[in-house]
Amino acid sequence: MKKHDIKHHLSKELLLAYSAGQLEEGFSLAIATHISMCDQCRAELESLEAMGGAVFENLEPNEIDVDAFAKTLALIDETPEEIKVKSKGSGLPEPLADYVGCDLDDIDWRPIGMGVKQKILVNSEKVSARLLYIPAGTAVPEHSHKGREVTLVLKGAFKDEIDYFGPGDIELADGDTNHTPVASDEEDCICLAVTDAPLKFNKLIHKIAQPFLKI
Amino acid sequence: MLLETKIRASDHSIIPRVCAIDSEKIESKKNVSSDSNDKKLWAELIRKVETLKDTSAFEELFNHFAPRVKAFLMKSGADPQMAEECSQEVMATVWRKAHLFDPSRASASTWIFTIARNKKIDAIRKQNRPEPEQLYPDQDYEPDQESVVELQQETERLTLALGELPEKQRVLVEKAYLGELSHSEIAEITGLPLGTIKSRIRLALEKLRHSMM
Repeated sequence: MKKHDIKHHLSKELLLAYSAGQLEEGFSLAIATHISMCDQCRAELESLEAMGGAVFENLEPNEIDVDAFAKTLALIDETPEEIKVKSKGSGLPEPLADYVGCDLDDIDWRPIGMGVKQKILVNSEKVSARLLYIPAGTAVPEHSHKGREVTLVLKGAFKDEIDYFGPGDIELADGDTNHTPVASDEEDCICLAVTDAPLKFNKLIHKIAQPFLKI
Repeated sequence: MLLETKIRASDHSIIPRVCAIDSEKIESKKNVSSDSNDKKLWAELIRKVETLKDTSAFEELFNHFAPRVKAFLMKSGADPQMAEECSQEVMATVWRKAHLFDPSRASASTWIFTIARNKKIDAIRKQNRPEPEQLYPDQDYEPDQESVVELQQETERLTLALGELPEKQRVLVEKAYLGELSHSEIAEITGLPLGTIKSRIRLALEKLRHSMM
């Protein structure tokens, strides 16, 4: 992924929740991917982890079994060293590549109308994470959010009523945000969108289609 | 990834206690002080585990950290038996991943906290936890001693600063890391004294990035 001056970063709340291990998987995916692209947020995260370390260090120690050390050595003996296999999906930050499992060009996109396509990566009861493919100059249908939405640009750029978002930029939206992201004219835009409630599309036709499109 | 060595974890058993003398020195120093020397020493012990597969260094780490890992997991909702087993697994991970510890960016407590936190998500919350890309420096990269000392001292100051937060705020912070706050409650935590440590980590990251060019 090419370096680009990232202008829109993660919020302290999201980073704190992530550093404390309190975020749902889908949101964690967006956070981990952004941090892989952004040293400013990485430093922020690691300083929050230092705070976690301080809380941890101050805990009243708990008694452990007398043979705990011996058991741990046995555990080390019997488990071979993990060799992490680098995921396919070159050109994607590692945490995302682990979910996509192939190159961007090989993704089996599902059309959701007006040239926009999606690939669902995480779909739990509470949170869903998907890649969106928005052709250059195309708008994602106007929608608002019941809950939070975190959008991370991976390729290309989009603009909406709020600002312009390029590779690595994060847009945070909540229940009050009503927006129409439009991909920039120069290039198709690919982004990762995570929501903790279904997106609400504002036109009747999209409302009807929504249950079928899993948006 | 690239630099994962193929050394079997069990190799510690064939390497004798090379650093017995050093360890004794550490022991005596540790008893007299609880200042940043200590933090530095924990970092050195992890280094010995990494480079020498030194079980006596590991035992010292274990005696200090395993009871805290267990306490952390129990406060996060694990029953005693699960907390016991998971704390052994966490400490085994400390051994196995010692090569990933970067003392210019984290103290030993911080690093072990992150391993315990990940274990909590995995074993208690039963969720996947996507992690940021690891930064792999060149094999001969060594963070300079000054950065390491400064970071360890800064961590010490942060621990003190935590104790000096207004009571209500301090309790919120502790609860957040022990998993007792919801995401919206976490938003109430403001003004953490992280400015200095953040700039230290930022500098260390820049040096590391430079070595990766």
